[in-house]
Amino acid sequence: MRHVISILLENEAGALSRVVGLFSQRGYNIDSLTVAPTDDPTLSRCTILTTGEKDEAEQITKQLHKLVCVFRVSALLEEAEGGLERELVLVKLYTPNRSIRDEVKSLADIFHARIIDLNAEIFTLEFVGSSAESDNFIETLGKIVEIQEVVRSGLVGIAKGSHFMKP
Amino acid sequence: MEKLNGAQQVVRVLEDLGVNLIFGYPGAAVTDIYNELYDSKIMHVLARHEQGAVHMADGYARSNGKVGVAIVTSGPGATNTVTALATAYGDSIPLVLITGQVATSLIGTDAFQEVDTMGVTRPVVKYSFLCKKPEDIAKNLRKAFYIASTGRKGPVVVDIPKNCQNRNYLFDYEPKSDVSIRSYNPTVFGHKGQVKRAASALLSAQKPVMLIGGGVVQGDATGEAYKIAKKLNLPVISTLMGISGYPTTDKQYLGMLGMHGLYEANETMHNSDLIFAVGTRFADRATNLVSKFCPEAKVVHIDVDPASISKTVGADIPIVGDARTVMQQILDALDEIGKEPADLSEWWQKIEVFRKKNCLSYHKSSDMIRPQEFMETLNMVIKELKIEPFITTDVGQHQMFSAQYLDFDKPRHFLTSGGLGTMGVGLPAAIGARFANPKSPVICITGDGSFQMNMQEMAVCRKHKLPIKVFILDNSVLGMVRQFQSVFYDERYSATNLDGNPDFVKLAEAYGFKGIRVKDSAQLENTIRAVLQSPDEFILVDVITDINTKVMPWQRANGSMIDMMLNDEENN
Repeated sequence: MRHVISILLENEAGALSRVVGLFSQRGYNIDSLTVAPTDDPTLSRCTILTTGEKDEAEQITKQLHKLVCVFRVSALLEEAEGGLERELVLVKLYTPNRSIRDEVKSLADIFHARIIDLNAEIFTLEFVGSSAESDNFIETLGKIVEIQEVVRSGLVGIAKGSHFMKP
Repeated sequence: MEKLNGAQQVVRVLEDLGVNLIFGYPGAAVTDIYNELYDSKIMHVLARHEQGAVHMADGYARSNGKVGVAIVTSGPGATNTVTALATAYGDSIPLVLITGQVATSLIGTDAFQEVDTMGVTRPVVKYSFLCKKPEDIAKNLRKAFYIASTGRKGPVVVDIPKNCQNRNYLFDYEPKSDVSIRSYNPTVFGHKGQVKRAASALLSAQKPVMLIGGGVVQGDATGEAYKIAKKLNLPVISTLMGISGYPTTDKQYLGMLGMHGLYEANETMHNSDLIFAVGTRFADRATNLVSKFCPEAKVVHIDVDPASISKTVGADIPIVGDARTVMQQILDALDEIGKEPADLSEWWQKIEVFRKKNCLSYHKSSDMIRPQEFMETLNMVIKELKIEPFITTDVGQHQMFSAQYLDFDKPRHFLTSGGLGTMGVGLPAAIGARFANPKSPVICITGDGSFQMNMQEMAVCRKHKLPIKVFILDNSVLGMVRQFQSVFYDERYSATNLDGNPDFVKLAEAYGFKGIRVKDSAQLENTIRAVLQSPDEFILVDVITDINTKVMPWQRANGSMIDMMLNDEENN
């Protein structure tokens, strides 16, 4: 089962290594991890995508919360149930002829992706969406053109509505 | 404001926090701090190995509840402490370790005696600090003490680079400041509704049992545990770490549970309908296979660490909070409800049948001292002399026999490495316990394997004239591993023979101590009595014991609590 875990932690040296260390120490997977300072520069917000059983996710949450440098931990719900998640995808591909360029352009339009860099033969596309949408975008693109490089940011997530994660 | 340099601030903070004793080993990266210790009222005990120093701080903390403090140098000094830190972490023991570090300008350059101490120790400490500037020192040390001694206790490392200790850089010293860490607020009080549910469950249970863990001892909650047990007439069982958390001579006490737990303890657990568990993490050695653990029992679980609740055994009524506070809340709730508890006489009748199995009985051998015989005799002589010694153990057969046979009516008197199972902790922990309790007798029960892992610390006993009594149960093998080999590996005794052992009596004599060897059952009692009646000298007793004795009862792996092998099934 897929779990998205949101963590609010001190923005200090060693804090991230404690979070990452906990995952390896206790044998949990990290499928993706993002971290950056928040509007309060003394705090960082981290989103981790992991897979495992339900009680494993519960245990991860508790263990994370136990870390001295961690303020808040919560498991983010799936979008239908109250969570929001986004991922940024950058894709680089060869566009050797006009018909491929046109096809890529129209596909980008359908997916609301942007072409952020191009020359005659190489397009770089930017796409923002959920993990499933990102997967779909990359897969569809791969069917019409050979993809050279994919960079995914990893998930960032936030709860819908009036649920706030604050210290 | 007073101006002090970094090294002076280290010493001053320790003094301000009431530290009067530290254990350590100097080296290049801590020479400035040692220079300041030279004039301080704080006593420094020079260990002979950094691991020993931290085990001493650990024994000090276990035996009196204060934060143990140790100091070592960078690089190998720091890496030598890893086992001792992990030992303290495994049993939630509060201690602060100060490590020197190479100068900040050299960090990351593979400098002489440089190691990433924060990185190396991270998985085995509760928290750690690197002081990147001198101004961090006092603040971080105060936080370290606070973190080590609150919530679920544990070791904290403070890494101080050499240049931050610099004698020539003076800066303001904040004499006192309250510590608060915004992301760290351990829960003390239990949830009121949960407390009430727990109290009601206790009153209505037909076959309840109280299970106490190390949290009862380390959380100073023995008085409250006793009151609840007495009020409700509960049978009391302890984990290895919970031993001494309830008077073992009390008739409601059934002993230790688990892999080498007592028959009556494991049977009572298995047959119970309510487990009132306090300060235990339901470790694998305590529960056997979790899916077969106590099938009928509801579980009330009190622990200060939320992550320990429902980690292995699921809790029906979880209560996060300090053991002492929550148990007092439960006592209040019981008064408030004001109902008589269920009549447990039938339950106790059943338990008495379990007890009649007499699982600790054994056959004396005419030619060899059996370890059980040693334990019984030691226990008897201690009672006869009316002394209350602190007893430390190492790890192996002698540790389990100690846990099974010895009586402890006062908390913190049984010091053993339960979580990590560290061989070599016994002697240094005894040293720490003696420094913490300079008027109390201290006994170290060890094995010939374990003792050799830290026997260099006899030098500390010599230097400080510590009258510790060491009993080596010497069967010239690694008994616990051999026991496994004997039963599960067709007696293929791979690497468990300790051929090459020194003459322990002469070894004691080399340190200026009396050494005694006992081979004969007939001499055992008199020797033990004579040794315990010599309060002023360190004595090492080499007790030659039977090589084939196995620790029984012994749970079968992947079974339930009651899947046990018993002594009478064995031909020894």
